[in-house]
Amino acid sequence: MSAISSYARALAVDGGRAYPIATRRHLHLSDHPLAFVPLTMAGEANAPLAAMIGTDRDNPTMLFVPQPRNRTLRFAFADQLATIVLKYIEDCPRQGVETYGKEGKVRYLDAPQMLVPNPAGAAFVRLFGRSTRFRRTTGEYAVSPQVPLLGRWLTWFGERSEHPGSSALVAMTSALGRHWATGQSAMEDANLAALLAWIDPPAGVAATDAAREAEDPTIWPPAGPSTDPTFDNEILAPAIRLYDEGKHERALAVLERDLRSQLEPTWRLMWQAIDLLRTLPPGDTVPVRWTNDRTDFTGYHTYVSGGGFPQARRDGAVAAARRLQRLEREQNEYDATCALDDPLVMASFRVTGEAFAGTVVEVEADRKILSDKGRRVLRPRVVVRTGDPVQLLAATKLRSPSRPKQDVTILSINGDRVGLQIENGMGRAGTAAPGTVPTLGEELTYTSVFPESMRSPELPAPEDTPWTHGGPPKPYTPTDDDAREVWE
Amino acid sequence: MPDDTPHRLHQLRGSAPAKRHNARTVAALTGNPGCARRAVLDAAGVDKDALAKQIGFPAKFGQSQFAITRGNSFEAQVKANGYAELLRLLREVLGLEIEEVGSTDLNDVGGNASQEVRHTRARQALKAAVEGREPLTFLDHPLLSLDVGGNIVYLEPDLVAFHHDGVLHVVEIKSFAIIDDQAGGSKVAAAARQSAVYVLALRRLLGDDKVSHDVVLVCPKDFSNQPTAVKIDVRKQLITLDHQLTRLARIDNLVEQLPNGLSLDLATHTPDELVSALSIMEARYAPSCLNSCEMAYFCRHEAAGCTSALGTTVREELGGVEYVTRALDLAQGKAVASVEEEEAAAMLRITAQIYGSVAA
Ligand code: SF4
Repeated sequence: MSAISSYARALAVDGGRAYPIATRRHLHLSDHPLAFVPLTMAGEANAPLAAMIGTDRDNPTMLFVPQPRNRTLRFAFADQLATIVLKYIEDCPRQGVETYGKEGKVRYLDAPQMLVPNPAGAAFVRLFGRSTRFRRTTGEYAVSPQVPLLGRWLTWFGERSEHPGSSALVAMTSALGRHWATGQSAMEDANLAALLAWIDPPAGVAATDAAREAEDPTIWPPAGPSTDPTFDNEILAPAIRLYDEGKHERALAVLERDLRSQLEPTWRLMWQAIDLLRTLPPGDTVPVRWTNDRTDFTGYHTYVSGGGFPQARRDGAVAAARRLQRLEREQNEYDATCALDDPLVMASFRVTGEAFAGTVVEVEADRKILSDKGRRVLRPRVVVRTGDPVQLLAATKLRSPSRPKQDVTILSINGDRVGLQIENGMGRAGTAAPGTVPTLGEELTYTSVFPESMRSPELPAPEDTPWTHGGPPKPYTPTDDDAREVWE
Repeated sequence: MPDDTPHRLHQLRGSAPAKRHNARTVAALTGNPGCARRAVLDAAGVDKDALAKQIGFPAKFGQSQFAITRGNSFEAQVKANGYAELLRLLREVLGLEIEEVGSTDLNDVGGNASQEVRHTRARQALKAAVEGREPLTFLDHPLLSLDVGGNIVYLEPDLVAFHHDGVLHVVEIKSFAIIDDQAGGSKVAAAARQSAVYVLALRRLLGDDKVSHDVVLVCPKDFSNQPTAVKIDVRKQLITLDHQLTRLARIDNLVEQLPNGLSLDLATHTPDELVSALSIMEARYAPSCLNSCEMAYFCRHEAAGCTSALGTTVREELGGVEYVTRALDLAQGKAVASVEEEEAAAMLRITAQIYGSVAA
């Protein structure tokens, strides 16, 4: 949250509709995302109850477990889910490959994208991956070979989703909340129906009324994974009892109908959310971040295809520390790049005084100074007048979204006038190449918050981890205990 | 307490019996400690759930029977075979050195013991245990009592474990899973708040040094029904709880400010009358009320247009200005800021200017 988003919330209360806090879409949206709405049974540890899933909004697949406490039925569900998810994943490598880098590494042109309604749905994906990836396909408690494979991939989705800027697994409430501010609290925004009511209410209905209606579970069943307790007690429990009594045919029909009624409204909301996000043009760095997802996907796909082990239960201490550090760096980088891509995101940095926008009022294009080596070098000076509350000091390095490769240093700040020195990006001649120095009257934004490099550096491969960082991680070998783990 | 406070609280509640608290509702008292409305309603034992329903803003705190069933069966399983499994876990987390386990079942066995009788039995058993007169290890479902705003509230922890060096530990059995040594933060937090209520009740009975601030949480491990145990420190929760209970004990200050004869008797008042009586009691709505108080939907409705209804952070980022329209007027230069508002207004004007310059 920021002063800008809070102000937009105030506007939303007053205006009776959501207000934008972004002008660009800051996530990748696949042409064929895999939408997934899971439901769990209350009281159990991530026990699947039902799901609606698919890439075609008009033709989703519905899966359900008639008795979620039954282990065999759970794994039958996992097997059905695996068929859909694995087919979706295997379609990606078929879209072709590209090579990159000096060594000519190969990467798939497409990667899978899974969309869930909310962060709790993403947690379901992660935990369902955890409960299936260690399963054995032979011997006692054998499961279908697809099940542990599904587990690995769901775990991959779960891990990717922790990386800021990754679009592999996206919670729709989070994605929408990054682009619009509603007239309700962040807590209430966790309800997908209520959030969409503010952004895109049904024709002729006030957003506030639609949002209230969205809280009524009989009109808008919860977007899961938890179900409405009243639904559990009055509808689901009797239906499951029918199944337990052996009246399978009747029970299956009732469950199919009633669970569909719980899933379908959310399914429609998912696609409404996708449509809304598609109306925004993607930010310039969205493809760069999606490339990171593709690279990671390619690597993991290769590993899994080669018969790699399932991911460990937990990171070792060194790995965990490294990961936290990396996530923090990625978050900063993500925030900074989104701001460079989008003036409305940049607005937050302008309010805090870390960035400013203004008009060029003075230009000294042929200014030369003595360099450290005593040579006269070209360092043009420009003065920008701004109404923003600049909180920067002289000598701070800046970048402008419209001149992303050019370094600029603050020379002085006098009231609303910021003096800047242009450091580079003017060509090799003694005078600045045309267009490389800002001109009088030009409107410019400068920010002190920018990523180290516009592309994230390629991390060393795990096997090249220096010994100072614990050396290459020991590959995780699952134990018999892992495979036998009870799931009651 | 001035003499007439109990009378006035009774008058406020009307003819209905006082609402019984349990550990969960006592723990919820700490949810919004600044709210006078809640403090008075709770002290008077008003049935907030019924009240909210009557005025057309029912609470949404349903519980699924699946969750209840699973909770009960897990507890039964953990205690099965003479607590064998539990003993093993407690030996691990508490370093219990006992080989043999003694236990006293203080459940309502016959189903007809009055609460007073059960509480007396529990008190005797607890004192005997602490004073070393009985070699006890487990007290199963002892009925404790706690003074909440002048009313005696009975509480029933799952288990109290007796440590060999004379210290009691509250053991709370919950059916949410701890997966790879991690559990949902909000569930653990709720369990900690609830356990703190038991610790406080025990401490008031036996003395602070006799009851540990470390409670033991027993949960299913990973995706199995196998129990695992963790220790949680509830010192912070104890402080908050103690603070709020003291505040309730001084409820007379709040009651004094209410008009004489004010009543929320559901049997004799129309919804409109109830609403106008409620509006006299000062509330302090925040979005977290939706998770913790039965009155939340009413209070939210009433707080429409307040910046705090959007969340504490939003309110702060709007310069602490109380109303949305005022914040916008200041931001857009349509109102003149008072002296106290000046700083906030300057910040709001800049925000509005910058937002306006880039939002379409
Ligand atoms: S919901 Fe209302 S009465 Fe309850 S704590 Fe919040 S403001 Fe107070």
